[in-house]
Amino acid sequence: MNETRERIALLSKALDLMTDRPIRVMEVCGTHTVSIFRQGLRSLFPPSLELVSGPGCPVCVTDQGEIDAAVSLAGIKGVTVATYGDMLRVPGSGSSLVNERALGRDVRVITSADQALEIARNEKTRLVVFVAVGFETTAPSTASVILDAHREGRGNFTVLNLHKAVPPVLEALASDKNIALDALLLPGHVSVILGLSPYRFLPEDHGIACAVAGFGAEDIMLALVEVVRQIREGRPRVASLYSQAVREEGNCLARDLIDRVFEPCDSSWRGLGNLPLSGYGLREEYSSIDALKRLEISINDTSPPSGCSCGEVLKGKMLPRECALFGRLCNPSHPVGPCMVSSEGSCAAHFRFSRGGDHPWKH
Amino acid sequence: MCLAIPHRIIRLFDDKRALASAGAVETEIRVDLVPGLEIGDVVLVHAGFAIERLREEQGQEIEALWEEVRRMAGIVHE
Repeated sequence: MNETRERIALLSKALDLMTDRPIRVMEVCGTHTVSIFRQGLRSLFPPSLELVSGPGCPVCVTDQGEIDAAVSLAGIKGVTVATYGDMLRVPGSGSSLVNERALGRDVRVITSADQALEIARNEKTRLVVFVAVGFETTAPSTASVILDAHREGRGNFTVLNLHKAVPPVLEALASDKNIALDALLLPGHVSVILGLSPYRFLPEDHGIACAVAGFGAEDIMLALVEVVRQIREGRPRVASLYSQAVREEGNCLARDLIDRVFEPCDSSWRGLGNLPLSGYGLREEYSSIDALKRLEISINDTSPPSGCSCGEVLKGKMLPRECALFGRLCNPSHPVGPCMVSSEGSCAAHFRFSRGGDHPWKH
Repeated sequence: MCLAIPHRIIRLFDDKRALASAGAVETEIRVDLVPGLEIGDVVLVHAGFAIERLREEQGQEIEALWEEVRRMAGIVHE
């Protein structure tokens, strides 16, 4: 621990000396958000280094209309909704999946897409809807299970496909002059799949310094030193600092699976609106698995909960504590918006970890 | 949801499934996204699927970066 502490102190000192002008960095991975808070790293940053959380939590960026569609599917007779735990408590316009479950609807928590298909195999009288959310990290597993279901002719398995693509949302953020990013900590696990080349437009077209980082305190501090160094030298690029898991070319097999099952489509993001080609739509070949088509449900434009600022928080334009609802009216026991529901949401992380007290590095 | 946890492969059932452990917890995982795994390999598991085999070596970029950090810290000590 002492050795780690010394190394962190060294990194903190270097970061302090290197940061000679205001620098705005965004992290776009829920695991980074939580790790930065849990490890008390913010108090080690120099005052001129601002780190904001971006749209890195898949549940948080899922649009209100998409949540409403998932909730309405749960109300259909004979349907079993299977999804990841974080999705249950996200409030829809009228209800949530957890409320529907309390009313006796069949809503089940799974930890893998494979389990959703297993339910369909074991319970042939139920029509299973797997509510699939997530970025490139999760899309390959959904694709793999869709191919299994298709091969098996599993007629009682469908997917409400809400997968989204990370590079297009980074393009939208990079192009927004009001957000004015100098650097990005790129999402480690998404990069495992994508590799490095899909991010190269960020330094080349937008002058944004980038680093793919691991999740430990040292990894994150090193990544910050790296992006600050790039900015000082005026040479933004995509640095790879998570080489234990991220290969230059990414996971080609996983990307091939994504391409076989999905094609780019427009997608609505909470707070960011409809972004062109930022979603993974099911290819026509797999339309029989599309829950929206099978159950004749559509995703409508709906407004977020009144007073909720999750959209602004996800763009890094507002800190969670600046939202009028934060803490008293919106907290983990009674969340109003998704950023307070998911453990990776920035509002939940601010609530859990930013309540004063000593942090581990200053003893 | 974004969480991925390193697991060690204990048993390979077929080309799609394996038993893997993270600490004391043993779980059945899907391995079809990472072909050619062997018992003892450490993989990153996300939502029940191995997404990559982990390597132990640290990249050259990190070593070069530590050089830079030490150089900066050297300036502090002067």
